[in-house]
Amino acid sequence: MTTLNTLPQVSPRRRTTDKVMRGLLFAAALLALVPLVLVVYYLLRKGLSTVTGSGFFSSDPNGNFFGNPGGIRSALFGTLEMIALASAIAIPLGIAVALYLTEYGKESRFANVIRYFVDVMTGVPSIVFGLFIYIVLVIAHVGGAFTGWKGAIAVALLMLPIVIRSSEVVLLLVPSSLREAALALGAPRWRVIWRVVLPTSLSGLITGSLLAVARGMGETAPLLFTTAGAFALTANLGAQMNALPIQIYNDIQSPRQAIIDRAWGAGLTLVALVLILNVVARIVSRRSRMA
Amino acid sequence: VEAAAPTGSGGRSILSRSPLSRVPDQVLQWTLTALAAAILVLIGYFFVRLIGQSSSAISHFGLSFVFGNDWNPSKLIFHGLPLVFGTLVTSAIALLIGVPVAIATALFLIELCPRRIRTPLSILVDLLAAVPSVVYGLWGVFVLAPKLLPVEKWFASTFSFIPWIGGGTTTLYNYFIAGLILAIMILPIVSAIAREVITTVPAELKEGALALGATRWEMIRMAVLPYSRSGITGGAMLGLGRAVGETIAVVLVIGNADVIGKHLFNQGYSLAAVIANEFGEAANTALYKSALFYAGLVLFILTLIVNIIARWFVARGTRGTRAAGHAIPGMAGGGQ
Repeated sequence: MTTLNTLPQVSPRRRTTDKVMRGLLFAAALLALVPLVLVVYYLLRKGLSTVTGSGFFSSDPNGNFFGNPGGIRSALFGTLEMIALASAIAIPLGIAVALYLTEYGKESRFANVIRYFVDVMTGVPSIVFGLFIYIVLVIAHVGGAFTGWKGAIAVALLMLPIVIRSSEVVLLLVPSSLREAALALGAPRWRVIWRVVLPTSLSGLITGSLLAVARGMGETAPLLFTTAGAFALTANLGAQMNALPIQIYNDIQSPRQAIIDRAWGAGLTLVALVLILNVVARIVSRRSRMA
Repeated sequence: VEAAAPTGSGGRSILSRSPLSRVPDQVLQWTLTALAAAILVLIGYFFVRLIGQSSSAISHFGLSFVFGNDWNPSKLIFHGLPLVFGTLVTSAIALLIGVPVAIATALFLIELCPRRIRTPLSILVDLLAAVPSVVYGLWGVFVLAPKLLPVEKWFASTFSFIPWIGGGTTTLYNYFIAGLILAIMILPIVSAIAREVITTVPAELKEGALALGATRWEMIRMAVLPYSRSGITGGAMLGLGRAVGETIAVVLVIGNADVIGKHLFNQGYSLAAVIANEFGEAANTALYKSALFYAGLVLFILTLIVNIIARWFVARGTRGTRAAGHAIPGMAGGGQ
């Protein structure tokens, strides 16, 4: 038991270095949290009174130079409509491609090429996706110039690689013994996928999809050249549409304090939506974790 | 490309099955394969169309679009060095500030943090990536830029002897503010990759270092960091890709001046910012518009190169683990 005492002591210099460096790492971790705290703090401080003001969620921006500038109703609904359409495109498509990768492609060369390009897609700046859709759909004047559904497609393109990669990870977690058991019982491959693989990984797929939705919801750049923004509320995805990020972007550049206040309120609303999606995604994934 | 399509292992239990019952299986397999292939076709198609739209600017300006220093829309001269310069400078600032903090955060979370607060703390860092860039822009314009202005002025006058950093006039919106916001935006990405890579460091290495009498920090310096260097480099490169392509936060706080700033605290421009800011004005001038598409093309190629190098590093850094690059919170790369 006396061996401890016979060990040479760590020199004071090394001990100090250790303490200092540990302190620095701790300080860096705290520093990393500062921006989040500050952003949320200012959103609440500058946005809360606007959000609770009358008509914020029930009136559209009106573009008047004087008086009440209006609320964010059309922006909120525009965002929800477009993200719904984008999700309806990106989530099934993304899960389908992920199913190809895990169930059929596996480690084949073609599957690896797909993986590689999906990764490349995640690195493409979102404004470039906006340009793509502008070139292919807006210049070509497919069903009008700027429309809500074109914005939705640009956002869907951006969500697609996120859905594919997160879905692939959870599909890989399904034990192959489950698949083999079903196959051994005579189930055809499509039923194995439909009745075994997808149900087993459902919560993981939902988590990944929700995170992609949260990501797509906050994007501004792909919407600028595709749906272009509007004032009025519309349920018509074939018309120009307002969206929260676009309205915030435009409002920031306004000289009027009332409109800048509205930008803070809209920012608070957007961050609240995104955070709720993130929290729900975490709850779903925690509940599911396969033991 | 289709020739390499795999056959799968569909025919395992067909003992008593009619050939007809295999039709749905084959339909499904070919549908999924076709969808996957469609992604490749789509990317290729977009790329070709983007080149097509930029072709008149490419033939007018060629490489002087990147290296010439004269962005003058009124004379239809588009030499975009000020944009390229702004993109590179703001990204460099983002890396200088963001990467050390991100790595230190990852090291703290994995190696030093008490187990109980590790998960909540990681989630909070990840949430930084969930904040939309327009909100960072909003915060940058009305809080960060005005609050930091006196600090920047003091810094510029105190360190006026340092070329390009000190001296001169300090503007409200400038390269530094844009770089700082980018640093915040890449922090969660780099940190997530670094965390993932650091967890793969074998316990024997760390225990070995500790058993030889290393302090915690020495263990980190001599066992953890060398082992995870490649992966962390890849993470930093992914952050760089994100910083290069970020548009909305940058366009709001970089000042949008189409000349090369004389100082760190001067206003400038970036490739992504010019597209967002001038697209409306360019709508009726074919060459102007083509020049903005060219800027998009340069941006696309730049991020492509950065990402390809990044993937290579990350793949090397996480040998064996399939999940290379998956931990990126909320998404994976992809600037706005």
